[in-house]
Amino acid sequence: MPEEILLMDKITKVYPNGFVANKDVTFSINKGEIHALMGENGAGKSTLMKILFGIEPFEEGRIVLKGKEVRFSGPLDAIANGVGMVHQHFMLVPSLTVAENVVLGMEPKKGGMFDFEEAVRITQEACDKYNLKVDPRAKVEDLPVGNKQKVEIIKALVRGAEILILDEPTAVLTPQETAELFVELKHLKEQGHTLVFISHKLNEIKELCDRITILRLGKSVGKANIADVTEQDISRMMVGRDVVLKVDKTPAKPEETVLKVRDLKIVADSGKPIVNDISFSVRKGEILGMAGVEGNGQSQISEAITGLLGYQHGTISVNGVDLKGKKIREIRELGVSHISEDRNTYGAALISSVKDNILSDRYYKKEYNKGLLMDDKKINEMTDELIKEFLIKCDDRDDQVKMLSGGNVQKVVVAREFSNNPTLVIANQPTRGIDVGATEFIRKRLVELRDQGVAVLLISADLNEVLELSDSIIVMNEGKIAAYLEDASQITDMILGEYMLGVQTQTPEEIARVAYD
Amino acid sequence: MELLSQIFDLLRTPAFAASVLRITTPILFAALGGIMARRCGILNLALEGSMLTAALFAVVASAFTKKAVLGGVSAAVADPALVTKATNAGMLAGFIVGTLAGVAMAMFLAYMAVGLKADAYLAGLAINTMATGGTVFILYLAAGEKGISSSLDSGSMPFIDIPVIKDIPVIGEIFSGQNMMTYFSWICVAVVYFILFKTATGLRIRAVGENPHAAESVGVNVKKVQYIALAFSGLFCGFAGISLSMSYVQFFSRGMSSGKGFIGMSAMNLGNASPVATAVAALLFGFFDAMANVMQTLSVPVQFVQAIPYAATLLGLVVFAIQSDNKVKKLKAKQDK
Repeated sequence: MPEEILLMDKITKVYPNGFVANKDVTFSINKGEIHALMGENGAGKSTLMKILFGIEPFEEGRIVLKGKEVRFSGPLDAIANGVGMVHQHFMLVPSLTVAENVVLGMEPKKGGMFDFEEAVRITQEACDKYNLKVDPRAKVEDLPVGNKQKVEIIKALVRGAEILILDEPTAVLTPQETAELFVELKHLKEQGHTLVFISHKLNEIKELCDRITILRLGKSVGKANIADVTEQDISRMMVGRDVVLKVDKTPAKPEETVLKVRDLKIVADSGKPIVNDISFSVRKGEILGMAGVEGNGQSQISEAITGLLGYQHGTISVNGVDLKGKKIREIRELGVSHISEDRNTYGAALISSVKDNILSDRYYKKEYNKGLLMDDKKINEMTDELIKEFLIKCDDRDDQVKMLSGGNVQKVVVAREFSNNPTLVIANQPTRGIDVGATEFIRKRLVELRDQGVAVLLISADLNEVLELSDSIIVMNEGKIAAYLEDASQITDMILGEYMLGVQTQTPEEIARVAYD
Repeated sequence: MELLSQIFDLLRTPAFAASVLRITTPILFAALGGIMARRCGILNLALEGSMLTAALFAVVASAFTKKAVLGGVSAAVADPALVTKATNAGMLAGFIVGTLAGVAMAMFLAYMAVGLKADAYLAGLAINTMATGGTVFILYLAAGEKGISSSLDSGSMPFIDIPVIKDIPVIGEIFSGQNMMTYFSWICVAVVYFILFKTATGLRIRAVGENPHAAESVGVNVKKVQYIALAFSGLFCGFAGISLSMSYVQFFSRGMSSGKGFIGMSAMNLGNASPVATAVAALLFGFFDAMANVMQTLSVPVQFVQAIPYAATLLGLVVFAIQSDNKVKKLKAKQDK
């Protein structure tokens, strides 16, 4: 009979802005198992783990650890009770050695001085015991990513962690490093440690885990022994669709190719390939949806097209003009508009006015200048017109953008990006985190633009949005196109989910169809 | 040509080498203060103002203590034993109060930048501005003068003749007979190295300076560590101030730090906050400062001479920036492969 080591019982978490991140979530793990926690982005996994770790308070429910009800006041409290976490973003000090990082905060001392040799010994002992190979005397900044992760694991273990939470540990690893990690994690399990493994990758979960809990929209929707379920079952539980916002649109009439991406390759600073030799085209008058779990290369593709990120190999061209080496303004002048997924960094300048935000891509143009000065009258007219046209709710064109609601901030961005006569719109998560009204409005405008003959690349983690809005869909998985689905209206979320999670992949010939000339 | 050979002749004298060591002293102390602050992640822009304030308080405390011990008797007619006692007491009081003044200024910065989370740059600037005017004000209260503390009979730290070495020609002239603060500054280089790299506190300071979140996540009290590091920073500013007003000269004059705090900060940057490299950089700036002094005796325009140490600072920073830029480029090239 397996022994339950941790129970999170009917946890409910409501953020101050009213967003319900977890609703009656029950999460139970047994001693000595590797338990997968799975769910889409925004399903509530991170919130649940933050609650467990004492970072976020919760409204209802209880946490029972080894038969005792607990409520941690913070990470230190959690660590003291044997719960450790390996964050996705490493908590390491690069210029210090591995041993120094491991003992930081609990340094061994000899005669009032820091005893480095003892620190090395402690680290080496943990390395040997848990079979994690890393040199205690090496500087962390010189280590490859996989080894940095090992340092994080050692840190938690040295502090007495019995339950170890790993937040998407393989997201930053190469396949070889992942294989190595799995051997080490299985070894930890044999020594009686309990592991929570957060991941999107079905094959990894199948290989590594004993049981799985699946979250969707803040609720736990399934719990199973891995051996009892197929990958299809898991994918179905994960992506099931609830609300359907219908968008009225006529079938697309695609014309000539506008955006042509060929053999694009993007390598991260760590040396990990993020986008791996992909080719696709977007045609005039169509919306091409790019679906996929976040972090499979979509952000980098949109940044490469819009000139924010360099790429190592391949070509990107718009209406036959190669974008390599072009400045962002030059790319914009070719008619490329960009709705960034990061609204607050690239989309809008929050402390500037609505007017200035709209003006930011056209202030230099002749029509808004009169000699040395800007033509205020014309600019005000233009701004007021756009505020009216895009239904931006603000008191005045001089209002600071940060005073507006998320939906209205996004409308400011959209007003700018849609009103500069685009030929190609890169819409990356255009409706993320905004209200239903604004969402509907922005989706409608995207379809209108398409009907006017604009090519649209829609990148979205929201399956519903991709399915409703797109004419055709490409699905990204691990930096590659897993499928090209020519007629989006014939596709169900089940099929999409299987491609997204890598359960199925089309043949290279099928995928190559999306590279129109 | 003749001018150049004149300069060259002057630079070759042992007296010049000795003056380099002398002039380096406050710069080196300030640089050490800069290291401690930078290592905990805070730029201490207030080095300049802190050392100026410390210089003033050292002089005032020294003079008043001396006067109190003498009990109103003029030093010229008093009992020699009493004069010695008064001089020693004044020296000690100046050293202690000057040091405390440096620490107090750093704690003020710490309270604003760490405690109240104000911008450390702005807080540092404010402290410098405050010190520029504040020292003149306090000088006026204490001595009734606004320019120089000549009416105050303040003391100096002892000058030390090193046995054996003092008898060696050239070497003795350079290294012996310097003020105690000069020798002390080089000992402090080792002290800073020891604190940063051999103690647990130093490990925490370095961790906090580089990645406060990582330090916090393992239970390090980030604020406390920053307060400690800044206290050390202030301690060295205090020493810097004492080496200005209580060693080679025994008075305070307005603005007497004359940018040495900033030059010290540049030395710290140039040495990338490593104690040994920073000390070498401080010596380099001391060299240019000393050279400017020497050239004043020749027919070189005085403004040009005065600009030399600052121009050297600028040049040093540019060289350093280019170097680290190349390093980054090399690293990137490596990764692209």
